[in-house]
Amino acid sequence: MTAFSLDITLFAIKLALVFFVILTLAAYLVFAERRILAWVQDRKGPNRVGPFGLLQPLADLIKLLTKEDVIPGAADRWLFYLAPAMAAIPAILIFSVIPFGAPLTIFGRNLPLVVADLNVGLLFFLSLSSIAVYGVAIGGWASNSKYALLGGIRGLAQLISYELSMGLSLVPIVMLSRSFNMADIVAAQATIPFIVYQPLAFIIFMLSITAECKRIPFDLPEAEGELVAGFHTEYSGMRFGLFFVGEYINIIVLGGLAATFFLGGWHGPLLPPTVWFSFKTLAVAFFFIWMRGTLPRLRYDQLMHLGWKVLTPLALVNILITGWWLALK
Amino acid sequence: MIEQTIFYILAAVALAGTLLAITEKHPVHAIMYLVTSLFSMAVIFYLLMAPLVAVFEVILYAGAIMVLFLFVIMMLDLGHPEKGISPHWKEWLPALLLSGISITSLAAIIVSRHATVSVCPAAQPIREVARRLFQEHGMAVELVSLQLLFALVGALYLGKAPSPPTTLPEKEVVKSPGEGVTL
Repeated sequence: MTAFSLDITLFAIKLALVFFVILTLAAYLVFAERRILAWVQDRKGPNRVGPFGLLQPLADLIKLLTKEDVIPGAADRWLFYLAPAMAAIPAILIFSVIPFGAPLTIFGRNLPLVVADLNVGLLFFLSLSSIAVYGVAIGGWASNSKYALLGGIRGLAQLISYELSMGLSLVPIVMLSRSFNMADIVAAQATIPFIVYQPLAFIIFMLSITAECKRIPFDLPEAEGELVAGFHTEYSGMRFGLFFVGEYINIIVLGGLAATFFLGGWHGPLLPPTVWFSFKTLAVAFFFIWMRGTLPRLRYDQLMHLGWKVLTPLALVNILITGWWLALK
Repeated sequence: MIEQTIFYILAAVALAGTLLAITEKHPVHAIMYLVTSLFSMAVIFYLLMAPLVAVFEVILYAGAIMVLFLFVIMMLDLGHPEKGISPHWKEWLPALLLSGISITSLAAIIVSRHATVSVCPAAQPIREVARRLFQEHGMAVELVSLQLLFALVGALYLGKAPSPPTTLPEKEVVKSPGEGVTL
């Protein structure tokens, strides 16, 4: 086997493994959310399928796949078909730039534990998260339903607003690590994670990513109490499932990004790097679920107020302070 | 070889996307075609060893400008603008003149510069791309940026409120004689 074909094989194995782990983790995150929410609300949660209800995700998958795929008569057919994919694919693609472990050496070949080591990794994440808006907007619009359209427009406005503060909260990270490359950002946190230097940026980033993945308290695009199910009201079967799984993949990916940018990535004492990375990612995911069980939904004007008048100016001030600090150091 | 094949596929997608974006009458569909075209352009930039330009293409154009277009279209519900009155030939004239100038100049530049065009240059740093773009092809860049002017004129035309029927103001003047008419 030549070195080139060995590289290709290793890469293919890595890719398949990442895909499998992400999709399985997303399915079990749904289960974990239902169990944790039940625990928060003093209920039992799904516990009948398999031991402790562990086969519930499989049962859900079979149910969704065998359900009728309903398309509203007046819907825009092609865009209605495509919208769930537009929501789920960017979320999976973002994971390709996240380093999830220290580089390995297998059969004498160097194997970095990241799918694509781009030198513009951080910008790649921002570009894909700005693309993810289309799934929500087009899904809401193509359904040709008032609830869905309202959800779609809300989603558009919310994602545009919070993308800004999210991007601005990452500028200090680039200033500190002097690189857009994710591996360099992780390497810069070998001793002290950036959350120590940038607590404010971390809070802004966490609030913004909660809004980006449309979770309570920012779940206005799908507000059940007012809009039935928001932008995916008219979807059924696996198309709805794709929206749903996309949301949970998003949670995992954004958790991984929070770990990479602020919590030191895969660095940590004693345990292997990949375990540390998974632990940090799942801790952020648990935080999302915990918030959902605790907080009420914001009103639309409160959401816009928080984004434009609080988070964005704070992020700008934070950049200024970081600049001064770096200049005076 | 693989890179060239990918380049030609992407170039075809970009051209087809742009063409469909112009000819498609439904604004939301037009936006989706344009986003497809912008995406292919971004990957072409990546093939040209300019990942920064590629990413900015997606963040700025596909992710920000097009999303705002979509937002405005969804908010305003424009109805069927294509069923409105077609423009008068006098209103066609400036557009024809400007596009004529631009196309002739571009053709002149292409004809005068029959130099080698390498499809996939070897790893070029972004500095080199910028230098070549603005030193050797500066004039072409300026001409292409004239397109923004056309868009501006077009937007002005579309945004112009339809002129009110000529009889209405006269009636108002008649109704209030002696008073200064303030509009």
